[in-house]
Order: sequence, then structure tokens, then C-alpha cells
Amino acid sequence: MRLVANGLRHDIIRMLEASGSGHPGGSLSAADVMAELWFGGEMGYDPTDPDDHSRDRFFLSKGHAAPVLYATFHRLGWLSDDDLLTLRRLGSRLQGHPDAHACPGVEICSGSLGQGLSIGCGCALGLKADAAGDGSAPRRVYVLCGDGEMQEGSNWEALMFAAHRGLDNLTMLLDLNNLQIDGHVTDVCSLGDVDAKLAAFGWDVRRVDGHDVSAIRSALGRAKGVKGRPQAVVCETVKGKGVSFMEDRQGWHGKAPSHEKALAALAELDAERARIEKEADDG
Amino acid sequence: MANRATREAYGETLAELVGEGLDIVAVDADLAGSTKTSDLGKAYPDRLVDVGIAEQDMIGVSAGLSLTGRIAFTASFAVFGTGRCYDQIRNTVCDSGLNVKVCPTHAGITVGEDGATHQSLEDIGMMRMLPTMRVLVPADYRSAKAAIRIAATTTDGPFYVRMGRHPVPEVYGAGETFGLGRANVLRKGSDVTIAACGVEVAQALAAAGLLAAKGVDAEVIDVFSVKPLDADAILASASKTGHVVTCEEHMVAGGMGSAVAELLAERCPTPMRFVGMRSFGTSAPGDVLLRHFGLDAAGIARQVEAFLA
Repeated sequence: MRLVANGLRHDIIRMLEASGSGHPGGSLSAADVMAELWFGGEMGYDPTDPDDHSRDRFFLSKGHAAPVLYATFHRLGWLSDDDLLTLRRLGSRLQGHPDAHACPGVEICSGSLGQGLSIGCGCALGLKADAAGDGSAPRRVYVLCGDGEMQEGSNWEALMFAAHRGLDNLTMLLDLNNLQIDGHVTDVCSLGDVDAKLAAFGWDVRRVDGHDVSAIRSALGRAKGVKGRPQAVVCETVKGKGVSFMEDRQGWHGKAPSHEKALAALAELDAERARIEKEADDG
Repeated sequence: MANRATREAYGETLAELVGEGLDIVAVDADLAGSTKTSDLGKAYPDRLVDVGIAEQDMIGVSAGLSLTGRIAFTASFAVFGTGRCYDQIRNTVCDSGLNVKVCPTHAGITVGEDGATHQSLEDIGMMRMLPTMRVLVPADYRSAKAAIRIAATTTDGPFYVRMGRHPVPEVYGAGETFGLGRANVLRKGSDVTIAACGVEVAQALAAAGLLAAKGVDAEVIDVFSVKPLDADAILASASKTGHVVTCEEHMVAGGMGSAVAELLAERCPTPMRFVGMRSFGTSAPGDVLLRHFGLDAAGIARQVEAFLA
């Protein structure tokens, strides 16, 4: 799975270099979570059909992390190699922020922050009603939110609603990378003890190292077993993870790497890939 | 028949549509009794979702429900059900083209005593600017039922239906038909076209009566469908009378009158006057406010006379 995440990061760098603009930091921080969610077997979907009726749903609330979503869809074959190099170009399936009309697999247009969780609530509610109607287990809904985004008050409306309705088929993945455009979240407007706040809102909360794929897997598996409450998996991450000169640097929220920087980033990712493969051989 | 508010049609029409097999759910924000979505909840408790005082969540939850194949209707008062959650309506509902029907009540100055904060005077403008959004402004109880049906059965994306709490006279009889993109010519005339929507339709008809007594023959059009406009009907009337007055309980800037002006400016430039709001409102009973702001029949007639003089 670490190799999958490494591949997603590779795609992210290539995409952003080609486009000349976009958001590397929050895409890289979420790569391990996305790798585990989509390729770890916990989320149900048909890899050959993005529109499969019985799929679990995924909403990218932090829409600026579109590159990590496109990298995921590239790995699934829903986007081609050529598509990747069209990010943010006229007529591209890869719009600057995800566009449900343009790109297969994108459930909804996103990019304006603080909206994914409410959408996830409505969707989880509908899927539960569908399941009650035919006696099946409800399909699940996953929403990936950013920590800066949690400053949007609308999220807290949704947190209240989800708990009130006991939406246990709803899981929020919170990418806690502690960086937003103007600086560290803890400096700009801290979330405080976000785990305690989420728990106080009635959610089941589990904090994990958001770059430890086995910890993510176990948290996702555990979330599935929770009854009567929505679940939050709070993923401690590093913004820009995997590229040393981007890690925890404020300037890499919304800036694409130059050709030289991209080469340096890809070299680091290639070195990491070699390390992972060697560990696997040794292991 | 006694005067009835357009909101009276809301919950009961949704309940009828559910009874007919439509997969409808309404999402309200703690105003189900006022918006009348409670009438749906009484008939079908599982079809009404109350998110509490959280309009942004109301739109998001509606969006999510629509993604599971349902036709989602929203509620709240128009001022909160559009302005408080405009970003959600724009970026989630309209950009994605979702089957969410934004149908708040308590629009316009005739909200009355609650005063300026509760009187939505910009909603037609905000909603008609949005790509993919269609805008219907019913004039009475019967046309409100029709508007809700049109919104529910046109399942290829978002609608805005503007309803009010002010009891209005019956404009339409039982056999009347309505359509998306259709205006209804309610009175034929040759001197001036009065194009009205919502509460102002009954006032415009009464104004035409006052004007007739003074020898002015006014044509009255109900602009039921503000977006899309009935271009044929409006152009035909404007080219016949050569004078157009629009009437709405909404800001002049951006409202139905602006939509008519955009059409006429491009295709049949015609002198116009706009009866509408040009300031925030104030507290008083709805009919007092219509008179105070010159939106009643006498006020409309005065403006038409001054225009033609």
C-alpha cells in the first residue's frame, strides 16, 4: 500500500508540473489515506464502473486536493496518462477543482469549503432509507475533510445533524495537516482539542498517524463496526508529505513546482519507492 | 373563495405528489409549521427531514439526498433559504445540476410585521443569476400548486419557487394551466403592458380596473415563469402597447423587471417603468406595506398614469 501511495504522489507531482498551478501540499498529505481507502478493500465499489449503483460514496470536501483524487482515478483506469497532463487546461476532465460533469467518479462539484459533510449526511440518510426499504445493509459514505476547512461553521451544523440522526454509515476522514493558506491552523484559528469536540458532538473518534497505512486500515475497519454513531478518523498528517522541501511549508499550499523542483521531488519519491521495495524484499 | 397564501399549497402538494409515487423528500430548517412542510410530515413522517436552524446544512443534506435518487425540496424563509446558504446553492446544487428544488416561503415585503431582516427582496435576482436554476413565482394558491408540480416533475435539475405568507385573492380558476417558460396574459389591453409576478399580479389586475375607469386600457401579464421568460408573450405585448411596467415585491435591481428589461433591450427596446422596492423594508402588516411602498393597485395605477402622461 505504501507503493500505491508513492505512485499517487508521483502522479500529483507530474500533474502539477504540467499544469503550472494547483495544490500540492494538501494532495500529498492525503495520499496515504486515499491509497488505503480506495485500494485497501474497505470501501465498496466496482473498479470497472464509477457509476455502479451499489457503490459506497466518496466526497472530497477539500476540493483543492483534486490532484490526489485524479491520481486515484488514474490508478483505477478511469483517467488516462494523457488526461493527467491536462490538469487545469481548457476542456480537461481534470478541472482545477473536481467537476462531476467533467470527470468520471467525481460525485459532486466541490471546492467551496465546508460543504462535503452536509452532502455526506444527506447521502448517508438516503442510503440508510434505501437499505431499510429492501432489508440490506446500508451502503457507506466517506467524506475527506481538511483541518483548515473545519473552521467553516457549516461543518458543525453537519456534525450535529449526523450524530442526531445516528448516521453510522458515515465516516469522516479528517486530514489534520495543520497548515492553511495563511499559516499553521494552530496559529490562524486553532481547532483546539478537535477529537474531544467531535466526541462531544456525538461522533465515534479515532486518531491515527495519517501516513501509517496499517493504522488507517485498522481505523477504517473499526469504523465499519460502530453502530448508532457516525465515525471520525482523525489523520495526523504532514502537509506536502513525501517531498522534503514541501513538508510543513506554508508556501506549498497552492503553488506548482517548477521543472527543476519537480525533478527533485520525483527523485525523492523514486528513492522512497526503492526503499519500500527493498524493505519488502528484505522482509 | 377566501384569500389564501401561496405557502398554503406547499406541504399538501408535496404530499399529493408522494401519494402519486414521486420519490420526494422535504428538508426544512426549524420552520416546518410556517412553511407548511408540516403538511407533508403529517401525511408521510419519513418524508420530512428537519435539520434544525442550519440553512447551509439544509441545502447540503438536500444535495446528498438527491444523489440517492430522490427529489429534494428545501424550505425555510426566503431570506434565509437563499441568502444564508447561497454558496451551497451555487457551488453544490447548481454547479452539479442536482435535483434540488429550493422552495422557501415568506418571500417579499408582505412578510410584514417581522420587518426588514425577514423580508427577502433580493432572492429572485440571486436565484435567476445562477446557471441551471429555473425560477417560478406563483401568484396565488392554484398557481403555487402548479409551480410545485412543475418543479417536482421536471427532474433534470434545480428550481426556485418563491412563495409568500400573505393571503392573496384567487387569480386563477380551476381549469387554468401553467408551464415552465410560459406567462399568462390575464387581461388584454392596448395602451400599456403591466407585467407582474407573485403578490403583485392581483394588485396589477386591480390597477388595470382603476386605469380603465380613467380610459387607460392596460394589458396584464402574469410572469409566472421568471426564468425562463416567455419571450414570445412579452415581446408580443410590448410591441403592441409600446409601454411596459413591471411590478414585483422585490428590489428593482436584479428582479423580474430586470429580466424583462434584458429581454426587451436586446429584442424590442421599449420604454419601461419599474414598480418594486428600492430600500429595505420595515414592520407593518403586509397590506399596509404594499400601500406604503406604492406596490398596491393605487400605487401601480399612479405610476402607470405618470408614465403615460
